[in-house]
Amino acid sequence: MKLSYQQVEHIARLGRLALSQAEIENFSLQLSNILENFEILQQVDTTHIPPTTRTNPLQNIFREDEVAESYPQNAILANAPQQEENCFKVKAILE
Amino acid sequence: MSELYQLTIHEAHELLKQRKISSVELTKSVLRRISQIEDKLHACVTIADESALKQAKKIDDCIKNGDIAPLTGIPVLVKDIICTKGIRTTCCSKILENFVPPYDATVIEKLKAQKAVMLGKSNMDEFAMGSSTEHSAFFPTHNPWDLSRVPGGSSGGPAAAVASDESIYALGSDTGGSVRQPAALCGVVGLKPTYGRVSRFGLVAFASSLDQIGPLTKDVTDCTLVMNTIAGHDPKDSTTVQYPVPDYTQHLIPDLKGLRVGIPEDYYVEGMQTEVRTALEVAIRKLEELGAKVDWEASLPHTKYALAAYYILAPSEASANLARYDGVKYGFSAPNASNVIEATEKTRQFGFGIEVKRRIMLGTYALSAGYYEAYYLKAQKVRTLIRQEFDQAFKKYDALVTPTSPTVAFKLGEKLEDPMQMYLSDVCTLPINIAGVPAISIPAGFADGLPIGMQIIGKPFDEGTILRIAFAYEQASDWHKRKPPL
Repeated sequence: MKLSYQQVEHIARLGRLALSQAEIENFSLQLSNILENFEILQQVDTTHIPPTTRTNPLQNIFREDEVAESYPQNAILANAPQQEENCFKVKAILE
Repeated sequence: MSELYQLTIHEAHELLKQRKISSVELTKSVLRRISQIEDKLHACVTIADESALKQAKKIDDCIKNGDIAPLTGIPVLVKDIICTKGIRTTCCSKILENFVPPYDATVIEKLKAQKAVMLGKSNMDEFAMGSSTEHSAFFPTHNPWDLSRVPGGSSGGPAAAVASDESIYALGSDTGGSVRQPAALCGVVGLKPTYGRVSRFGLVAFASSLDQIGPLTKDVTDCTLVMNTIAGHDPKDSTTVQYPVPDYTQHLIPDLKGLRVGIPEDYYVEGMQTEVRTALEVAIRKLEELGAKVDWEASLPHTKYALAAYYILAPSEASANLARYDGVKYGFSAPNASNVIEATEKTRQFGFGIEVKRRIMLGTYALSAGYYEAYYLKAQKVRTLIRQEFDQAFKKYDALVTPTSPTVAFKLGEKLEDPMQMYLSDVCTLPINIAGVPAISIPAGFADGLPIGMQIIGKPFDEGTILRIAFAYEQASDWHKRKPPL
């Protein structure tokens, strides 16, 4: 499985990562090499084997929906790169 | 004992209880040790010396009133991926360089409830992705046994700090070996509890189905004391179980009569260092002498698929977990972007380091349309087989024993340019996270002055048995008493 420059660019876009040209070229080689090492999984017969998403013996966990104190607004906004009128400030999503 | 910083938790506790030392004296001793050797090691990213001394002073007043628990007044370092209210928590990433959490992780609340002294935060591979601590965005940590070598990773800072007496103990996190492999490479004790045993609330998420917080300590007794404190159900982490927490110190029994131990040959992979294999053989003979019934021919044939499955599952979960770093609510935010997508992409381009990007790319690919079934779903099915194999093995054995790492500590820079070689350092530890079972690494020998770790793997929620085996071995050896020549 060889990843082309265009494929790497596409994956980066899906992952919301801007990459330099050098990074794309580097990843094209490295990721191909890593994926080649994953081919070993195709040797395993997994017909009728269910997937495992978690290993603990728990199912859905429910609790009462109780009203409780939340974190103060200023504590949560304290780490915001940009804020305005007690809100997180973001770039316009719809022009 | 010449210096207080050399003490273990249980030794320090006795002296504090008898009022032979104070928490302030102990904390000052540890801070002095940090100031003496930190220039060589670079194990810490934030040292909260003033607040640590202030806490210690208050705690001494409590101790005077007879208010003392096993961790009271004893300094601890915490891997910089565990949220500490008011103390910067960076994940050793530029993207969180200035992040100050508004809350404590549950494990920190539990330590504070026992009046532990918070020394500060220690170094790690960025977002816990790495096996050498070279992927820290700030600086690499050096191995105290040989400063030209890595301490392992990703909890390399905590492991190096405990090995060199910069802290009495530390907390790390383990997604594929990140507590056990650095513990092995630095010659300390490191435990990864069963998935669901310790709360992950406040642990910055890397791969949520694999992550667990675990202690790094100078001996096995200390490990039980930390586990007694941090284990247990947490309503804030719905993956924790409601099982009662046993008193782990009850498992500190110095013989192994009646225990069945399996040695899976499948862990002796190509590239395993001869000295590691030899040291393990000698250590396992010791377990036999202590009364364990050892089967040298245990078999877990799916082990060889674990590495591939892990490096699909962990990056896939990581790529989803790290989607939250968009430069809006906290963390680094790239300036001068013209629109929202460009702002996100640039924030992540400049905020994340190379290994984090590599894993986001791998995970995004494995989860993308057309590849999901071939990679992610396939890996999850292989995960089922690996877990089933452990379940089968534990019908025959009470524990499995393997090397923790195929080699001793490697040179700084040696594997940095070859990600596949770096990934192979976790080959003995990551099957345990895939299966969700507990495992401990303890010192079991040296090769050319570098520590070798023995990994003891247990049944789900049976930390007690592996702690017993670790303790019995420790009592019959003195590897854990050796100190690095700093």
